[in-house]
Amino acid sequence: MSTPLVRASGLTKSYGGMTAVDSVDFSLEEGRIYGLLGRNGAGKTTIMQMLTGQLFPTSGTVEIMGREPAENAEALRRMCFIAESQRYPDSFSARHVFKAARWFFENWDAEFAEQLTAEFRLPLKRPIKKLSRGQLSSVGVIVGLASRAPLTFFDEPYLGLDAVARHLFYDRLLEDYTEHPRTVVLSTHLIDEVAKLLEHVIIIDQGRILLDQDADEVRGSATTVAGPQRTVDSFIVGRSVIGREGLGGLSSVTVQGRLSQPDRVQAAELGLELAPVSLQQLVIHLTGSAPEGAANTYGNSSKEAAA
Amino acid sequence: MDDSRPIFIQIAEKVENDIIEGTLPEEEQIPSINEFAAFYRINPATALKGVNRLVDDGIVAKRRGIGMFVTKGARNRLIKRRQERFAAEYVQPLIIEAQKLGISIDDLAGMLRAERIDA
Repeated sequence: MSTPLVRASGLTKSYGGMTAVDSVDFSLEEGRIYGLLGRNGAGKTTIMQMLTGQLFPTSGTVEIMGREPAENAEALRRMCFIAESQRYPDSFSARHVFKAARWFFENWDAEFAEQLTAEFRLPLKRPIKKLSRGQLSSVGVIVGLASRAPLTFFDEPYLGLDAVARHLFYDRLLEDYTEHPRTVVLSTHLIDEVAKLLEHVIIIDQGRILLDQDADEVRGSATTVAGPQRTVDSFIVGRSVIGREGLGGLSSVTVQGRLSQPDRVQAAELGLELAPVSLQQLVIHLTGSAPEGAANTYGNSSKEAAA
Repeated sequence: MDDSRPIFIQIAEKVENDIIEGTLPEEEQIPSINEFAAFYRINPATALKGVNRLVDDGIVAKRRGIGMFVTKGARNRLIKRRQERFAAEYVQPLIIEAQKLGISIDDLAGMLRAERIDA
C-alpha cells in the first residue's frame, strides 16, 4: 500500500478542561471520497481545522504528504477547505472570490467555475453580504469543486441550499471526481443523501472515532429485528445491541454485525421481521446515546439525533 | 438500491439480471465504470468493484482498449447458479409463510399450479 495522503496519530485538541478531539488515529488515502460523520460538537470541524493547519494540535501529529501542514506552503496550496459559514471580505462579490481563487489553487478551472455559476444561478456581481444563505453556500461549493485541490474538505457545505442545488452538487462532484480523481472529505448531517457517494466512512462521537470502515462494509452491517419481545430477546443473545425500542409486548432491536443466511432463515421461522439499517440510522444508533457518565438510555435518544 | 447489501453486489446483480433477461446479450459491451457511477450516482470505486466481481465470475471479460463484454455462455452459467439458490431464496420463505397461515404443502402446490395456468 502507498503512503497515505494524510496520517493523524494520537491527534488531540483540548480547550482548558474540555477535550474536543481525543487521541484519534486515522489515515486518508489518495483519490477517495470520505464521509466524516457525527453529531454537532463531535469534533469533526476541529479535526479538519488541524488537518488544514488552521489549528495546532494539543498533542499528537498530522502529516500531509509526509509533512506537517502548519506553515507548510506547499501542502496548503494543495488543500481546499470549505467551511460551513465561509467568510469573505465585505466588499467582495462572487466574481472577486473566483478571481482570487486562481491565486490560491494551482488546479483552478475558471471555465468549470463559470459553468457551475450558471447551473447554481449565482449572481456574480452582487456583493457577498447581499447574497441569500443558499447563494452564499453555492459560492463555497463552486470554490470547492473548481479548485480541484488534491485534498478537498467540505464541512457542511450546503446550509440553505435547496434539494435541486444539493443534487446538482452531488452530480458535479461525482462527475468531476471521476475525471479528476482526488481526495474529498465530506462532513454532513444529510447522510442518506451522500451515502452512495462515499467510499469510506469515519464516524466521530465525543472526540473519538467510533467507526472507520469502507462504506461497502458498513452497508448491511446492522439490522433491526422486530417482533414479540421474548422472541426478539432470544434471537439477539450474543449479538451486539446498539438500539432498542419497545411498544407494548413488541420490541425492535438493532444489532451490529452481519447476519448470515441461516440467521435469516431462523428469524423468518421465528416470525421476526428483519430490516436493513441505513448509514444515517446507524450513525443515529451509534452516536445517539447520552454522553458518558449520564444514564445510558437506548431508544428515546435517537429522536434528537434525527432532528 | 437497498440498504441491506453492499452496492457493488447490487450493481453486479443488475448486470446479471439484464443478461438473464436478454436485454444484455452475450458478447455485447456493458456500460463503462464511469457510466455506471453517473447513472446510479455511486462512487466510481464501488462501480469498479461490482464490475470486477463479474470479471472474477467470468461473466464479463475485458477487451483491451475497448471495454467490458459479456462472455459466451454467461447466460447459462448465471441461470444455473440462480437455480441452485432458488430453493433457499424463494421456496423456503414461501413454506415458512404458508405454515404460519396454516396452508398445507398440498394446498400450496395446488396454488402454484393454478397460478401457473393463470400466467
